[in-house]
Amino acid sequence: MTRMQQFELPSYLEQSDAVRDRFARLRQRPVVLEVKGLNKDFETSHGPVTALRDISFVTHKREFVCVIGPSGCGKSTLIRILAGLETPTSGQLLLDGRAVHGPGPDRGMVFQSYTLFPWLTVKKNVMFGLERAGRGRLAAEEEAMQWIELVGLSKFARSYPHQLSGGMKQRVAIARALANQPRILLMDEPFGALDAQTRAKMQSYLMEIWKNIDITVLFITHDLDEAIYLADRILVLKAHPGEVQELIEVPVPQPRSPEQLLSPEFLATRKRLEELIHPPQDDAALSEDHLNMVRMVAVDDEVESVF
Amino acid sequence: MTQTLQWFAPRRQLAPRPRLVLGIMSFVLPLLIWSLVSYVPWIWHPLVEVTEPGSVSYFKAGQRVERELFAAETAKALEAGAPQPQGTPANPVYLPAPHEVLQAFYLAFTAEPERRNEKWLHESLADSIYVIFWGFVISSIIGLPLGILCGTYDVFSRLAEPFVEFFRYLPAPAFGALAVAILGIYQAPKIAIIVIGTLFQQILVISNTTRKLDPALLEAAQTLGARRLSLLFRVVVPGIITDVYKDMRILLGWAWTYLIVAELIGTSSGITWFITQQARYKNFDNVFAAIMIIGIIGLSTDLLLAWLGRRIFPWQRAEARA
Ligand SMILES: Nc1ncnc2c1ncn2[C@@H]1O[C@H](COP(=O)(O)OP(=O)(O)O)[C@@H](O)[C@H]1O
Ligand SMILES: [Mg+2]
Repeated sequence: MTRMQQFELPSYLEQSDAVRDRFARLRQRPVVLEVKGLNKDFETSHGPVTALRDISFVTHKREFVCVIGPSGCGKSTLIRILAGLETPTSGQLLLDGRAVHGPGPDRGMVFQSYTLFPWLTVKKNVMFGLERAGRGRLAAEEEAMQWIELVGLSKFARSYPHQLSGGMKQRVAIARALANQPRILLMDEPFGALDAQTRAKMQSYLMEIWKNIDITVLFITHDLDEAIYLADRILVLKAHPGEVQELIEVPVPQPRSPEQLLSPEFLATRKRLEELIHPPQDDAALSEDHLNMVRMVAVDDEVESVF
Repeated sequence: MTQTLQWFAPRRQLAPRPRLVLGIMSFVLPLLIWSLVSYVPWIWHPLVEVTEPGSVSYFKAGQRVERELFAAETAKALEAGAPQPQGTPANPVYLPAPHEVLQAFYLAFTAEPERRNEKWLHESLADSIYVIFWGFVISSIIGLPLGILCGTYDVFSRLAEPFVEFFRYLPAPAFGALAVAILGIYQAPKIAIIVIGTLFQQILVISNTTRKLDPALLEAAQTLGARRLSLLFRVVVPGIITDVYKDMRILLGWAWTYLIVAELIGTSSGITWFITQQARYKNFDNVFAAIMIIGIIGLSTDLLLAWLGRRIFPWQRAEARA
């Protein structure tokens, strides 16, 4: 962080003409998801807890939105409400202008925990939603194979989930959600459990897929670089209660590539996110956070100090 | 040295060879102890089997008497100059030697029963298996669906489980007389006892297993368009079936324990009746043979079911070995 501040970074609000033009066009696209004044309180044994307060935002068609915020700020609660797995205490949720209630195949979801059905092969997993939609067996099979091909796992169509690596499982989960051709793909820290290398690979896969098919993505992460690398816009939440802090238009031009991780726009956005998510703490909070350490190394230890 | 130490690392799986060897040892060791006690004259053998009564009037050849008594009578005969009794160290009649049990095992299937109204061992066995089979099937027809419903829907759970919880504490044998009064004296009341003994445990065990299904799978299925019945039949049932199968194997073992009471009500029949009868005649070699057959049937059914499970549920081959 200190190193970043040594350079003169542009403001994250500064956009090149191409980027500004793109956002102007993006805002012209039809609205897919509209969230209006969403509140969520949980009843707990210690009384009600406000998880989300007055969340409002819209996502446009084929937009990639990332939601970021400190842990416990209500990101999962928000996406679970969008998926219909939780009911909001108040507020409105419109998909293509119509209110939605309860879960449905029009909103695909990829969870952080692997949720492939262990008793079904990769192919049958992807066929699951198609068969629920009343597709015939053969049609479903053919369609499923196309989606499996898209995520590059044709060779594993007959494998069971326990034979796949974590990254492969999430690719199947993406294919399974996309097979239903949802209006929006909801992803709750889908790469959170993967190692750094696999995660980077998965990010490029996801970008590839997003570019090539008609899908709007709402992606939750707590990794700042991941958010900037993937998103058109980043919805920054703050904790206790979960509220929208800022909706950032990422000034990094599209299409993205890993080289951009060091571009001035990228670093400027990263700096802004750092400020929002890890605000400079006052001394009281800092000292409370510190460990109360006593030196526990022998005075005559051969390594006197680690510095 | 370090190798053997590794054997005692918690939850570490042994290599295939030591696993196999230890598995065989688990049978060989008890057999070895049994053989030692049976064949080594100075281990245990608290009795003496009389071979030659000598001058002792109440000794008969083949009779087993206390060692002290035998010593006292021998001393008396020696003092009186009368012929001494002869005998060999022996175990009580209730502990036959392995070869005697093996012989009884063989004879049970090949030799006509001694008494006219007695059944062959395999006929008794067939009676028992009939009772166990139908008892378990009837219990499962009710218990499986009910358990799954209770584990899936709170409505069923609240409606059924408190009563089931209460009923499972009532001892199944207590219903013996009632079962006979209602169902007659033949196989039906016996089957009823097995059902009463198994069903209530089964409902609770299955509903608990059902509740262990990862709720995230249900949520994922809902976001893929599954609802109501397809959630139950396409997600809940396949999701728990491997664990339910394991539960059923354990429950089948429990059903066997209720067999003992079941077979003593109404007209007595079956393998436990065979055992009781043979014990009464002091044919303990037959008793052991029959007990061993129950063990063999139980273990081989379980192994067969385990093997079958691995075939039917290919997705859990990784964990099936546990
Ligand atoms: N089912 C629940 N019952 C009670 N409190 C909950 C429940 N789910 C989430 N919360 C609370 O809501 C807040 C937000 O949680 P969550 O959405 O999981 O945060 P995040 O995903 O951002 O880490 C937390 O304080 C959490 O304790
Ligand atoms: Mg979360």
